[in-house]
Amino acid sequence: MKALIVDDSRAMRMILARTLKELGFDAVEALHGGDALEQIAVCGPFDLALVDWNMPEMDGLEFVRHVRGTHCADSMRIVMVTTESEAERVAAALAAGADEYVMKPFTKDALSSKLEIIGLALP
Amino acid sequence: MSIQTADFDYVRTLLRERAAIVLEPGKEYLVEARLLPVARSFGCEGLGDLVRRLRFGGEAPLVTRVVEAMTTNETSWFRDLHPFDALATRVIPDTLRVRAGERRLRMWCGAASSGQEPYTVLMVLAEKFPELAGWTIDFLATDISSEMVAKCNAGRYSQLEMNRGMPTPLLLKYFERDGLDWKVRDELRKRVTFRTMNLAAPWPSLGTLDVVFLRNVMIYFDVPTKRSILAGIRRVLRPGGWLFLGSAESTLGLDDGFERVTEGKAVVYRNRKD
Repeated sequence: MKALIVDDSRAMRMILARTLKELGFDAVEALHGGDALEQIAVCGPFDLALVDWNMPEMDGLEFVRHVRGTHCADSMRIVMVTTESEAERVAAALAAGADEYVMKPFTKDALSSKLEIIGLALP
Repeated sequence: MSIQTADFDYVRTLLRERAAIVLEPGKEYLVEARLLPVARSFGCEGLGDLVRRLRFGGEAPLVTRVVEAMTTNETSWFRDLHPFDALATRVIPDTLRVRAGERRLRMWCGAASSGQEPYTVLMVLAEKFPELAGWTIDFLATDISSEMVAKCNAGRYSQLEMNRGMPTPLLLKYFERDGLDWKVRDELRKRVTFRTMNLAAPWPSLGTLDVVFLRNVMIYFDVPTKRSILAGIRRVLRPGGWLFLGSAESTLGLDDGFERVTEGKAVVYRNRKD
């Protein structure tokens, strides 16, 4: 399965890439929402996107709204992975069309359990 | 079953040296809970025997397993997922039929740990069975550790804990932010009573139960204790009542009084009616 990592932090992209690899995904990285849309156009479709909230150019929430609004990747499951943890923020992400929400810091087990919830667990 | 002070100190030092984990005094229960299964799987007679082997020899696989057991947090929401599907598709619908007259549901969770399991059960009931609103629900959740019972009662969980298996829509519905943590809303918390209870000691009166959860705790006990616990459950479970065990646990070879029922991807045990 193919995953898209959208995060402006190089360190976080590396952590997520390693975790996704261990979970059996092939991952492509994007630096922000705009970059992610280009990756979808060039390398898509993706099964999963892990999306940070605060990023330059196009932030995570804007990216989710764009993807769900334009239907450019309807089958792609979106999980927000972010330090934003206020209930209102979490609710806003789900309302925009994110499928799940992981609050940093997180563990591999936690991410894996969230992927299982949205039906992306690998055998 | 309790760990000697010197053995606890040895484990603390080992964890600090090998995994930089600082284990405070008072965490003996945690060492016991995590290391007893390791002791059994390595053929040790108990924790004392396990620490003796660590001290004299300290073979690498044993040290690794000890460190892993102490660093892996096994508790999660909706742990293993499938038992909660079976609860919703088979166990509760069956119980609703049987108890339609008195409209009373009686459940016991015998290894509540830090509370994720009983609260998960309550979320399943609230989400899938709105008709239970008019029922009396007696839900007792017990754990051997008073510290765990206090945590259950507080119903407060860190973000790390909330990430593990909690579907986000349910997080928003049944929890509220409390500083950096999340707290179970009162409407859910008041539906369960937490109490300490040692499964290996004489049991208090539990009445007649419809559903028992005893997941991932039998692995800590030897065969005679497992048999005694299963016999105890049969005495408090009504005929046809349901028992959930952990995925690595079974009544097979221990107690013939239970029928093994496969429901979806889960296995549930049923108190035989005869």
